[in-house]
Amino acid sequence: MNASGDLHAIELTVNGAAVRTEVPGRLTLADFLRDRLRLTGTHLGCEHGVCGACTVVVDGASVRSCLMLAVQADGSNVLTVEGLAESGKLSSLQEAFRAHHALQCGFCTPGLLMTAHAFIEETPDPTVDDVRLAVSGNICRCTGYLPIVEAILSAARARKHGQL
Amino acid sequence: MKPPPFAYVAPDSLEEAIACAARYEADGKILAGGQSLMPVLNFRLAHPAVLIDLNRVKDLSGIAPRPEGGLSIGAMTRHRAVEWSDDVRRHCPLMSVAIAHVGHVQIRNRGTIGGSLSHADPAAELPAVVLACDAELCVAGPNGSRAIAAEDFFQGVFTTAIDSGEILTEIRLPPWPGNRRFGFQEINRRHGDFALAGAAVWLDTEEADRCTAARLVLFGVSETPLRARMAEQYLIGQTITPARITEAASLAIEGFEPTFDIHASAEYRREVGSVMMRRALQQAAMSDSNARPAT
Repeated sequence: MNASGDLHAIELTVNGAAVRTEVPGRLTLADFLRDRLRLTGTHLGCEHGVCGACTVVVDGASVRSCLMLAVQADGSNVLTVEGLAESGKLSSLQEAFRAHHALQCGFCTPGLLMTAHAFIEETPDPTVDDVRLAVSGNICRCTGYLPIVEAILSAARARKHGQL
Repeated sequence: MKPPPFAYVAPDSLEEAIACAARYEADGKILAGGQSLMPVLNFRLAHPAVLIDLNRVKDLSGIAPRPEGGLSIGAMTRHRAVEWSDDVRRHCPLMSVAIAHVGHVQIRNRGTIGGSLSHADPAAELPAVVLACDAELCVAGPNGSRAIAAEDFFQGVFTTAIDSGEILTEIRLPPWPGNRRFGFQEINRRHGDFALAGAAVWLDTEEADRCTAARLVLFGVSETPLRARMAEQYLIGQTITPARITEAASLAIEGFEPTFDIHASAEYRREVGSVMMRRALQQAAMSDSNARPAT
């Protein structure tokens, strides 16, 4: 079997928009989002599933986009950091990150936001320990995690009290 | 592009998947959740000519109690589904507890039970759990299906009894007795990392805490998960006391030379392997077998 010319038709939804295209089998979802769709908010750190920077939400679940092939996203609904803000207005989670100074250099932020976004949907009333565990797969080298944990807790509280 | 060139096929049925696996044999590589294989490909440590993706084979995922007792888990069932399953909590609480230690949530959202078992990382949790639980691992190939006892399944580092051309399809867990208590412990530098050493145990006890059956498994310390048979024999027939737990834990790490690598020396693994075993036994001894939901 010849690997060159290994193209596959895919149809998926990315941040609410329908995408229909052809991709080589070995194109990762991360590279597809960044290079083909120019959604460069998804960051690539380690490219082997350790750092969490490339986390996106696929059908409601947070996943490493460097460990998934674009062809595997066929038929699915993908949400990236670009899809969090609606009509230019930051989401409550993004606002909480800003208010709590939960980022410095910002490299890990897209991955943390997507992890936290899926987490809050699944766990509407988290404890500090729940949040710490939830972000344990995302590496940040600047802020020391405390403001990140506080931001996620505060976003979860705001969401619970209907202040979306 | 990060991974090396390969042709990608995504069969819709198990029959088709088996035909692909048989057709490409050593040139083909099965892709399950991709949480171990994709890093290997991204590092270009493997160069399969063909990647056979099982994610479209719907029949391979699902969790169902078996009519004869116990539980059947499809090989493509994601870790997260196992973690959340009430059936798993009820029929194999040891697996329920252990699976939360597999990687991080993003890994468990994609990773599959069959992928972890076929990958057979010596430091992984699930091989130890299926060994402790006497699970049967069912594989299907061009010559039909066969069930392999967990005991015979793990043959070495990243090496299992699955023949080339075969696919792991199902994990069968035997019934979990009502008088069974369990413990699971592992040590790693950060939560979500592979274990430097760990222990999965269960104890069946009758009146006055007398042990009628025991299963003690160490992982992360050798090329495969390891049954501590001497320690099991020592505990059977005895009343479980703190002193006997300590003795069993030191027996457990005798009779083999632990592996060593950049993460931990053999001496360290021997030491913490014994500590993990002791804590897992304490956890089992202190737990209430009646605390789990009734079947």
